[in-house]
Amino acid sequence: MAEKEEIARALGEMGQDSAVLTKSNIAHLVATGHTWLSLREVPGVHLQAKRTSDGIAAELTVSEGARIENPVHLCVGVLEKRGDQRINIAIHLEARSAATFMAHCFFPSAEKVLHAMDAVVDLGREAELRFLEGHYHGPFGGASVLPKADVHVGPRARYVSDFSLTTGRVGQLYIDYNVEAEEEALAEMTTRIFGHATDDIRIRERVALAGKRSRSLIKIRVAVEDQASADVSGITEGREEGARGHVDCVEIVKDQAVANAVPIVKVTHPLAKVTHEAAIGSVDKKQLETLMAHGLTPAQAVDMVVTGMLR
Amino acid sequence: MTELLRIHSLSLSADHKKILDGLDLTIAEQEIHALLGTNGCGKSTLAFVIMGCEGYLPATGTIVFGNRVINDLKIHERARLGITLAWQEPARFEGISIANYLSLGSPSADPARYLQRVGLTPDEYLPRMVDKTLSGGQRKRIELASVLALKPKLAILDEPDSGIDMLSMNEIAAVIEAFKAEGAAVLLITHREEMALVSDRASQLCGGRIVFSGTPSNVARHYKARTCIVCDGNECGNG
Ligand SMILES: Nc1ncnc2c1ncn2[C@@H]1O[C@H](COP(=O)(O)OP(=O)(O)OP(=O)(O)O)[C@@H](O)[C@H]1O
Ligand SMILES: [Mg+2]
Repeated sequence: MAEKEEIARALGEMGQDSAVLTKSNIAHLVATGHTWLSLREVPGVHLQAKRTSDGIAAELTVSEGARIENPVHLCVGVLEKRGDQRINIAIHLEARSAATFMAHCFFPSAEKVLHAMDAVVDLGREAELRFLEGHYHGPFGGASVLPKADVHVGPRARYVSDFSLTTGRVGQLYIDYNVEAEEEALAEMTTRIFGHATDDIRIRERVALAGKRSRSLIKIRVAVEDQASADVSGITEGREEGARGHVDCVEIVKDQAVANAVPIVKVTHPLAKVTHEAAIGSVDKKQLETLMAHGLTPAQAVDMVVTGMLR
Repeated sequence: MTELLRIHSLSLSADHKKILDGLDLTIAEQEIHALLGTNGCGKSTLAFVIMGCEGYLPATGTIVFGNRVINDLKIHERARLGITLAWQEPARFEGISIANYLSLGSPSADPARYLQRVGLTPDEYLPRMVDKTLSGGQRKRIELASVLALKPKLAILDEPDSGIDMLSMNEIAAVIEAFKAEGAAVLLITHREEMALVSDRASQLCGGRIVFSGTPSNVARHYKARTCIVCDGNECGNG
């Protein structure tokens, strides 16, 4: 099927071997536009995919106690120049289960593409989810990507996410993630984005430390160049005794690009503690001069610092 | 001996304050030259001027490297001529591995060899990042190794003996030996007189100029005796 070959090629461009889709011991779900193309379950991973009135929906469940060895691949995208993809995803990790999800979101030819994702993620007691999300939006800047997620991290569960969009154009990207962490739960979210030309990046990540001794880290790394703009807010609320949260945001700005960062910390329990650091500006002069003293040109030095930060 | 670096009548002010004031200094090829001076006397400033850092353009004076006046060259152009600098407090980088950092100058260099030279085990350090997870002393060792890996003609080492978990005298001596073995000249900046003893020649900086040059033991004695002919001890405490 031509579309499968296209998907394989898109995966390759994102640095992922497309052979993962042919292996019987690796679970996957693949959709382009509003069509589910392929689905494979493995023991412990149950998948359901359907068409809805205005898009598509999927449910992914990892059974209680199951520890899934290979990452579950979730490939979604629009391959055409124009198109829509509205997708609802529900992910449920039952108690003490563990899995890694790799989401590949590709819009390689996007000239006017809309991708709206609504995700509900629920981690049961002591469950562990690593959610790695890689995006490729093509060279034209014509993608509008609106990912929204509500994540519930149960008692002693661990949620680690990594969102990356560092090659090609971004287009319009509005991230809205809300995480609630229960007693002794951990939420660690990393976001890395490089914006160019007129790319428009808005990120809102919020963690509520709702349980005793819950912990969180929001780490955001954004570089913008040309006329791109980035508007970032990392919000952490410490509501319970022993809750510890940290927001760490670095934005590098080149050319006429504009960036801002608003780390918001709220503490409503006297024994909770939330800290933040934010650095926005051009590339640090000492870093540049150090690399230049090692023989790099100014342009090479800037490139190395930016690439390193987004790695 | 062939002259490598000649600085003549160098002056630099910042915030209406003279930091360097008619400084003269020469260093020969492969010479280990210690520069002694108390806190705040302008040692790092001199290092930045020689390297060509932004904001450190001298008001007067010439810097000649090889046969070339380099006053107008950018940092990387000076680096490509063979000058490099190990900062007193080196910068940290996210996402740059030590292996990568040690190969910046020549991709074919063997990073493990240079790590061993500064007393770090390659297996442990090569995959680590040059970021804030390194201690101050570890970061300084990495900087020395990376500067060594560049095979420079002139390495300016700004206080390799200072900072938390500082290098011992023996370790510094071993590092200097390594630079010698690579055929590099070294400008070894320090405020500890015993450090000068690993050098071939030494100079004392005070009041923005070199007040005394000579054999390491003579300069060390002069520096230790706190005798300064320029400021009479009013500025540098060496009265
Ligand atoms: N960019 C600058 N603007 C203003 N003053 C400066 C600047 N750079 C250095 N100085 C001043 O010049 C003097 C020399 O500073 P420098 O850092 O060169 O001293 P140093 O000998 O390296 O001291 P230390 O032993 O503490 O490293 C100090 O008084 C310092 O405050
Ligand atoms: Mg100094």
